Amino acid sequence: MEISFLLNGERVTVADAAPTETLLDWLRERRGLKGTKEGCNEGDCGACTVMVTDATGRKALNACILFLPQLEGKAVRTVEGLSGPQGEVHPVQQALVDHHGSQCGFCTPGIAVSMAVAHADGDAATDDRLAGNLCRCTGYAPIIRAAEAAAQDPVPDWMNDRVDARGDHAPHRPGSADALAAAYLADPDAVLVAGATDVGLWVTKQLRQVDKVIFLDGCADLKNIEETGTDIRFGAMVDMNRVRAAIAPLYPSYAEMIRRYGSYQVRGAATIGGNIANGSPIGDNPPALIALGATLHLRKGDVRRSLPVQDFFIDYGKQDRAPGEFVEGVTIPKQAGPLKVYKLSKRFDQDISAVCGAFNILVEDGTVTAARIAFGGMAGTPKRATEAEAALIGAPWTEAGIAAAQAAMAEDFRPLSDMRASAAYRLGTAQAMLMRAWAEDTGLETNVLGIAS
Amino acid sequence: MSVARPLPHDAAPLHVSGKARYVDDQPMPADTLHLAFGLSTIAKGRITAMDLARVRAAPGVVAVLTADDLPFANDVSPSAHDEPLLSDGTVHYLGQALFLVAATSHLAARKAARLGDITYEEETPILTIDQAMEAGSRFEDGPVIWSKGDAPAAIAKAARTLSGVLEMGGQEHFYLEGQAALALPAENGDVTVISSTQHPTEIQHKVAEAIGKPMHAVRVESRRMGGGFGGKESQGNALAVSCAVVALATGRPCKMRYDRDDDMTITGKRHDARIDYTVGFDDDGRIQGIEFVQMIRCGWSMDLSLPVADRAMLHADNAYLLPNARIESHRLKTNTQSATAYRGFGGPQGMIGMERVMDHIAHALQMDPVEVRKRNYYAPADTAVPDRTTPYGQEVEDFILHEMTDALLETSDYSARKQAVAEWNAQNRFVKKGIAFAPVKFGISFTLTHLNQAGALVHVYQDGSVQLNHGGTEMGQGLNQKVAQVAASRFGIAMDHVRITATDTGKVPNTSATAASSGSDLNGMAVKVACDTIRDRMAGYLAETHQADPATVVFADDTVTVGAATYSFAEAAALCYHGRVPLSSTGFYKTPKIEWDRVKGQGRPFYYFAYGAAVTEVAVDVLTGENRILRTDILHDAGTSLNPALDIGQVEGAYVQGAGWLTTEELVWDARGALRTHAPSTYKIPACSDRPPVFNVALWDAPNREDTIYRSKAVGEPPFMLGISAFLALGDAVASCGTDYPSLDAPATAERIWHAVRRVADV
Repeated sequence: MEISFLLNGERVTVADAAPTETLLDWLRERRGLKGTKEGCNEGDCGACTVMVTDATGRKALNACILFLPQLEGKAVRTVEGLSGPQGEVHPVQQALVDHHGSQCGFCTPGIAVSMAVAHADGDAATDDRLAGNLCRCTGYAPIIRAAEAAAQDPVPDWMNDRVDARGDHAPHRPGSADALAAAYLADPDAVLVAGATDVGLWVTKQLRQVDKVIFLDGCADLKNIEETGTDIRFGAMVDMNRVRAAIAPLYPSYAEMIRRYGSYQVRGAATIGGNIANGSPIGDNPPALIALGATLHLRKGDVRRSLPVQDFFIDYGKQDRAPGEFVEGVTIPKQAGPLKVYKLSKRFDQDISAVCGAFNILVEDGTVTAARIAFGGMAGTPKRATEAEAALIGAPWTEAGIAAAQAAMAEDFRPLSDMRASAAYRLGTAQAMLMRAWAEDTGLETNVLGIAS
Repeated sequence: MSVARPLPHDAAPLHVSGKARYVDDQPMPADTLHLAFGLSTIAKGRITAMDLARVRAAPGVVAVLTADDLPFANDVSPSAHDEPLLSDGTVHYLGQALFLVAATSHLAARKAARLGDITYEEETPILTIDQAMEAGSRFEDGPVIWSKGDAPAAIAKAARTLSGVLEMGGQEHFYLEGQAALALPAENGDVTVISSTQHPTEIQHKVAEAIGKPMHAVRVESRRMGGGFGGKESQGNALAVSCAVVALATGRPCKMRYDRDDDMTITGKRHDARIDYTVGFDDDGRIQGIEFVQMIRCGWSMDLSLPVADRAMLHADNAYLLPNARIESHRLKTNTQSATAYRGFGGPQGMIGMERVMDHIAHALQMDPVEVRKRNYYAPADTAVPDRTTPYGQEVEDFILHEMTDALLETSDYSARKQAVAEWNAQNRFVKKGIAFAPVKFGISFTLTHLNQAGALVHVYQDGSVQLNHGGTEMGQGLNQKVAQVAASRFGIAMDHVRITATDTGKVPNTSATAASSGSDLNGMAVKVACDTIRDRMAGYLAETHQADPATVVFADDTVTVGAATYSFAEAAALCYHGRVPLSSTGFYKTPKIEWDRVKGQGRPFYYFAYGAAVTEVAVDVLTGENRILRTDILHDAGTSLNPALDIGQVEGAYVQGAGWLTTEELVWDARGALRTHAPSTYKIPACSDRPPVFNVALWDAPNREDTIYRSKAVGEPPFMLGISAFLALGDAVASCGTDYPSLDAPATAERIWHAVRRVADV
């Protein structure tokens, strides 16, 4: 595969890219740019963070799970490119020095790039922008001080990379959903790569040889968000940062869950289509989508079909998707109800859920009139709590009224124990989340986030 | 003077621009080989067959070595020679290195290393503390017991007694830069090793053994580490030895770095432990007698476990006078990674046991936990009291926690906030708050007395620039900058005259590990000695040429003043050079006053103590156990700080790391002995938002009463234990849910808190 992109402002063409060669390995091993570090090689620590600019804007991304073909027609800026052409220091770099933001320095290049991207975006939510940049030395306090100190400095002009996409590279890099449909039909054994936040680990950790690959990144029409009066439809390739922004006015609790779903870098690569198609029992979108009654759109060649998201998940590792068929998009009703989404994990940010619960419970005159409750992490698939829903409908929306539904969850689920949580904790907290949903409606304080000393 | 100024880390401009070079960033010759280990997939047993044909046939593979292929010593142990580089046919933990692959790329080596066809005769592993205690599986013959007075009798006579158990998890270092080393073969069969290590001399020693040469054949260099935290005190030996052996066997440069999952699977971590306690106390909360049983899980080889377990015993008192104490320590041998040094080196485990007791007593008496602590503190320094001895017989001469505690309670507004927490808890059912105070008293010195020595090498060039080298290693703590500040101060010159070079066994020999918080204490003094030697020679020569008294020569503000003449330092250096004055010197330092009988558990193992105190407030969601630190206030004793900015950085970072150990960082092994949390996806160190949103850190600015370098104090490890205040605060929040004592174990994950709430509240 021949790939061409801008690297720190200069055009590079890679004529012999293996489809799964990562940007990090290429930078370090082939290009000799050693500033970008490998900390974990799985997108969790952020030491390899680089800035990637395309027609839609700039992102911070993890280079360790970014394949070279995903960069076609884009611009990459590494830590070496944060400084200006004459060696001018970027304001966040100077602030990190002045405020003692580095100790061992190994995470620092990634921290600096994340900070520079946030700085260019004018985003002061530094905790969120650095959730995917682990630092073991500083305790983060001086890094935050540095970000605050640099906030008002002007954005250096070299941070505005120009991009010139070259277009279609079918069949490995189709430029539209139509081209993708044809390519995948012709080669249904190929691995579809959307954001590579999962396939990346097949390569870097499982050391799998993945030769037949179709990259979806060029399919611009899969990146659309379309709104009608009643619905919002996400193309499969809409990344999770954009999903979060679009969902926030409609379902703020869902958007807050997405904030914690992965780091800024991971959300910038991960797509809503990939998160569903992947079929993981602990994917965080499906519970919310199921509770909202969302509709999944599948396509095989020119044949399209739609089904409720919940019906897509048949069993552990098994989805209702035929060979050559792919997820084209998902439609969410805009007024499906008062959705509450609760993500439970060992760490608040950038962690895989032990339990993710979504509650869409309608209450009229103190009585539950409708309930759609779905969980991730409780079974082999994302799954509705049908027994609990049945027990809830018609019950008074009171502490006593929800008790039967809580008990019924033990009928709905037989969760497993693993390194994230025990079965007892999973079931107990699933039940407790219903209590939290009720308590929230009664105005009681239930969230430790945002509480002040 | 440069000392005491809050200068940035000397490498900060390199860090932020990506120009700071780590081992894996070194430019390497094109024929470099890359190494990887093939790892065991069982925790205990014998290898009955090892078929490596597929490994040898894999693309890019140049050599495959087993234990039989090693020319000399097959050992990378830092202590008991019980740690073969490659398995001798027995398997002691899941993740043990069985064979070594050398290939043309890192990826090729990793891929090939997974292709070994190994047949085992599997045995039942000993994995847990219970299993090891049951089987009597331990290092040393029996438990180590140190006593003061008669604890059983004192407990029997006490007005009140209580007992309890505290279990605590281990901790992965999670240095951001994984283990890495490279070796360049030299003529004569010599070798140069560049290693990410806290202990270049030990790397040199183990490599020399492995290649069958004296230590003079091996030069080890360490420019910087991307984090160490104790994890690079002994755990780098295997990589460096592998590189050296293969480099000499093939004549090609070799590099080895662990992938993160391999790193976490192979290397040792902080020791997990269980502490049983029984304490007798009076109605005012004063301890009469106490018994601790410390069960320390050491893993499969001895490594540094004995001194770690010793230090846990040495901190069982923390800050409190124990009139009668008995401490029993079991060093348990298990089929798991060999637990190793980690910031605090056993101190945190011992200390949290004592702090648990304080909390338990306060709960039993319904007293303010701070009051119980103050009543049990050692006596203030310079007051006449009958007893100020630790359970190991050292007089606590420098106790300053009374003053520090009062100051911190004041600045943190503790009393009012404790009241506010109680009010919040009375009004809120699902989110409970907790607040806790915890003090730290940490002993400074290696307990192995001979390690308390350091060397330095200082050159003044004829242009007045200064190059210095010392035996310490830079892992982010800013040691080089502190030491450079010392040198600049001794010569009265600006910092930009001074350059510190990579730690190098060819420049300063026989160094101790940069560990035990001792880096600046030991190396700062050694550098001072070397600088003063050169300065005195310069002063002597210049005084002679000006008919002045050498004592009147002044080195300050980049100048040297002698009589009526004033020279720039560069001019003075040039004059001395022309006057044939030797402008290079070594320096040497050994810590005074210390003596320690480990067998008896008696003596003065520590030159002095470093102190600290913290108040942490938390919120807990009782429905799920999720929790948040809301505010932390810290007052920490760094003596007269060599560099307050670097010291505050150490305190902030250590606190967050300590809180991580006790909250979200959970190591989980399955029943086969496989570590299930072997990557950051499953092992959760604190992220940015986990730091306290209100984080007030101040230094207690008073000189060390001992004659340390500019009266400063060691600061690397002590503040780690301030994180205990977060753990205690979580317990306080849980306790507010009911009347029973929560007996929270560590790490206090959301799940453990959830269970504890249910125990207390009987939900």
